Amino acid sequence: MIAYIFRRLLLTIPTLLLVSVIVFGLIRLIPGDPAEVMMGPDADPASIASLHHQMGLDEPLPVQFIAWAGRTLHGDLGVSIATGEPVVRLIVTRFQLTAAIVLVSVLLATLIAVSLGMIAAWRRNSSLDLAVVGGATIVLAVPSFWLGLVLLLVFGLKLGWLPVVGYVPFSDGVGAALLFLILPIITLTITESGVLTRMMRASAIDVLNQEYVTHARAKGLPERAVLARHVFPNAFAPTLTLVGLSLGHLLGGIAVIETVFTLPGLGRLMVDSVLARDYPVVQGCLLFTAVIYVAVNLAVDMLYPIFDPRVTAQ
Amino acid sequence: MTRTPLLDIANLCVETASRDGAPGRVLLQDFSLDILPGEFVSVVGESGSGKTMAARAILDLLPPGTRRAGGSIRLSGRELTTLSARQMRQVRGGEVGMVFQEPMVSLNPALTIGRQLEEGLALHRDYNRAERRDRIIEMLRRVRISEPAKRLAAYPHEFSGGMRQRIMLASVMLLKPKLLVADEPTTALDMLSQRDVMEAMTDLARDEGVAVLLITHDLRLVARYTQRMVVVEKGRLVEKGETAQVLRAPSDPYTRKLVDSLPQFQAGKADRGADRPPLLCVENASLCYEGRAGWLFGGAPKPVVHEVSLTVGVGETVALVGASGSGKTTLGRAVLGLKALSGGAIKFDGLDIARMNAADMRKFRRAAQLVFQDPFSSLDPRLKIGEVVGAPLRHEPISAFARRLRVETVLSEVGLPGFADQFAHQISGGQRQRVAIARAIVSWPRLVVADEPVSALDATIQRQVLSLLQKLQDQYGFACLFITHDLAVVGEIADRVAVMSEGCIVEAGETQTVFAAPQHSYTQALLAATPPLFS
Amino acid sequence: MTRFRHLHWNALLGLALVGWLLATILLGAFWTPYDPIAIDLAHPFTPPSAAHWLGSDQFGRDVLSRAMLGARISFSIALGTVALVIALGTMLGLCAGFLRGWTDRVLMTVCDAVLAFPGILLALALIAVLGSNKSSIVIALSIAYLPSVTRVVRSAALSIRERDYIEASRVAGDTQLYTIMRHVLPNALPAVMVLATSLFGWAVLSESALSFLGVGVPPPAPTWGNMLSDARPYMEEANWLSLVPGFCIMLTLLGVNLLGDALRDYLDPRGRQ
Repeated sequence: MIAYIFRRLLLTIPTLLLVSVIVFGLIRLIPGDPAEVMMGPDADPASIASLHHQMGLDEPLPVQFIAWAGRTLHGDLGVSIATGEPVVRLIVTRFQLTAAIVLVSVLLATLIAVSLGMIAAWRRNSSLDLAVVGGATIVLAVPSFWLGLVLLLVFGLKLGWLPVVGYVPFSDGVGAALLFLILPIITLTITESGVLTRMMRASAIDVLNQEYVTHARAKGLPERAVLARHVFPNAFAPTLTLVGLSLGHLLGGIAVIETVFTLPGLGRLMVDSVLARDYPVVQGCLLFTAVIYVAVNLAVDMLYPIFDPRVTAQ
Repeated sequence: MTRTPLLDIANLCVETASRDGAPGRVLLQDFSLDILPGEFVSVVGESGSGKTMAARAILDLLPPGTRRAGGSIRLSGRELTTLSARQMRQVRGGEVGMVFQEPMVSLNPALTIGRQLEEGLALHRDYNRAERRDRIIEMLRRVRISEPAKRLAAYPHEFSGGMRQRIMLASVMLLKPKLLVADEPTTALDMLSQRDVMEAMTDLARDEGVAVLLITHDLRLVARYTQRMVVVEKGRLVEKGETAQVLRAPSDPYTRKLVDSLPQFQAGKADRGADRPPLLCVENASLCYEGRAGWLFGGAPKPVVHEVSLTVGVGETVALVGASGSGKTTLGRAVLGLKALSGGAIKFDGLDIARMNAADMRKFRRAAQLVFQDPFSSLDPRLKIGEVVGAPLRHEPISAFARRLRVETVLSEVGLPGFADQFAHQISGGQRQRVAIARAIVSWPRLVVADEPVSALDATIQRQVLSLLQKLQDQYGFACLFITHDLAVVGEIADRVAVMSEGCIVEAGETQTVFAAPQHSYTQALLAATPPLFS
Repeated sequence: MTRFRHLHWNALLGLALVGWLLATILLGAFWTPYDPIAIDLAHPFTPPSAAHWLGSDQFGRDVLSRAMLGARISFSIALGTVALVIALGTMLGLCAGFLRGWTDRVLMTVCDAVLAFPGILLALALIAVLGSNKSSIVIALSIAYLPSVTRVVRSAALSIRERDYIEASRVAGDTQLYTIMRHVLPNALPAVMVLATSLFGWAVLSESALSFLGVGVPPPAPTWGNMLSDARPYMEEANWLSLVPGFCIMLTLLGVNLLGDALRDYLDPRGRQ
């Protein structure tokens, strides 16, 4: 087991290295000179050149990369061109909101997916099953940002139950803050539960056909125990992987939700800074989300043996 | 004085069930059987005969899409077909236990064996935790699992197939059922594990006075372990009676066919004459696999084949026998140049395979062919049979027309004339194996390596394929390296035999000599584990 | 038996939706009720009516015509992306899965690294580099999806590799390239085809999301995404402006997904044999 953990950890290193190279390289490719952007269109070449030198932009690329990597490992991601704030602080504050929404949504979606998926598989081809499959198929086809808009239209504008724009930070009162988060969370939960339910149902169907399930029934176990102890752990393992992937992909997809509900989250930060050519922030966001994704998948890998002990033997 | 039967099945019918209630295909009809307490009875048949349905119907565990359509099943006088779900659950495990076929999937991979063993016991009996644990450890000891107390925390994947089967046996016997239903419990195991499991099962059953219903296709097991038997063909019961009697003088033609399909163990091959010039020479060959973790942690290389020497003469049949994991399959691949050696050499017609130039290699590929074990995996499902069989001729300087002609000739020779335009999924397993053989002989090979070519087939089909192979060998004169785990087949077709265990050849020689007087303990154990038909 | 009827049903619906989409696109190439970019300030915000079947927007532009043009744009971008990704991804995936060894390890590490970035963000950054036009969107989306496709094809190649007929190919003396082209690729094709249909759906969705965020195909070209984004300020007064483009995306995705499912069900049981 220790060897398994160690191996997994070790394998993330080349990935993270490559990730940082990609981030570094990508930013360098964006047209436009950061120094020019900072100084504005009227600056003279001499001051631009000296800013170049200050920012280290006239060094050869590998040197720049090492310098940047060094700074990053010390927690210094630079300063936003637009606001002058340290990038790290910006990201961390914005991330809290994004993380809250994403985590809660994925948790709810997983709960829904597990229960619906297992029941649908257990009562395969019944009307309940068809309803679940049909529902999941439709949900899969609905774009999350449109769902958000429609929900906003119905519950925010027409019915007036929930606020339409804006956001209140948690520090000002959890209850008030929650009101603003209900709709985005519901939107994300619905969209994510579509794909997770289908996966759970499919793997539960596979497991129900396995001989060890028949064996469990042959022992005289009540169906409840068969489902909980024998079907669930084996069916959940592949879905767990998907949950990890969802978490990762949502960190990006949330950009559209944050746009719809005008929430100051990480996704919106990324979009705004790309449009504004605020390179340090873009760089910081990319790196941050990638590292989080790697960490999340590592966590999933750590949880996986609980449901499928065979992976430790590999 | 008649004793009341423990299990009394009368006129049982099983059919497929469709959702709209329309009558389905009949899988089993008019099946009647009775088992006395403590008796060992077997139901014999090939795949598709309905024997598994009979077993599953007892506990109402039929697969989805099938259902009982009539008949009665009485356990100690109590009618099972009318029980409620809750009552049935009490019967399952508590009174009738069931052991399944595939040890690899019959234990839940996510739970430790300790928990799985405890589950049934906790359900049906009123012992406290400590008592349960003691009984479990005791039972594991009785099925010969070493260090049972430590092993309770292990997961199924840490055990071999034979051990898992014994664990499953333990889990069933813990509940002290009156009847044990064993559905092909040893089919997926090699000979020695088979023997271990069967001995464990019958010993336990005899000690506890448990009746056993053995579902199998293997007549040899039936002969050795059961007192009465029943034969099923395509859903109909065709014969029943005392085992020894039925096997000695079967009255039904199908039963007779089954008995005849058995390889004649002691028959031996007609001696083909003296020394034959060596065609294939394996000299001190060794093969290692890299350590598992590969580039991350340099693992120690594991020897799979260790300094093996073997010769196959022109036109000779040499059998390579061993259990799974003995290295016989790997050696078979190495002989064809498909795996690189880490030591020693393999010479074909005097030339070292590893040092051949392109032209010699082409000749070698033409001359040495392989018949695979799994008829469902060895034919490309996207290609027509004609294309599959003609593949080895691709590199020959002959015209497409000549190739087509040759393919059709060869298909006729294996008894599949005109099949060239069909696809693999349209024909049966036995037919596919014939296609595989056709592919092997299409290029007039001088050596055919047959890797367990009949293990995956039904008994009657096995007989057909083996006869075909022998007939073709007489016709073409190729040498054959026959890899198998089944000694009975060896006795019938091989001139010489080499026994392999854990990567080494422990004994080799003329078949009759080795069988009559085995020198090595492993060979002796193998011979003992191969039950003869008539003791 | 009844299950087969259900399958049938799904496939038919999917086929109908996709067929309808294609027909609209084809029609739109020659005729739309109005010029999609023509402004008509005299008739802004008309609700769906006889003159404008799906209404008009804040500039009086006909929503139906814009939706039809948007369909063509989304479709061509999605098609381009799918073609590029499937071609490259299949090649890379087959090599990684079949050849294993260092090729596989390097490719997988690169895939993992690229996959670490959420697709939208990666596409955003790439579009910032490449500019906001159709071909750069195709390239950006392709790069974002390439690792997933490579992985799926690699899995298929890995399992095909274990089959005996691959070894039979070696015994017959075939080169590795021949084996890949003749045996591995055709048997991987079903998985690739199913993947391609899913991919098409994701591409349409991603392109819409990018347009919604304002980094897609630039105006005045109407895409469903930017139609949605334009409709936001007028959600209350002119709700059809928010509903129509979303419905278009949804129906397209539904049709494509249903077709993909039907395809998978059709290919799977036979392949299982």
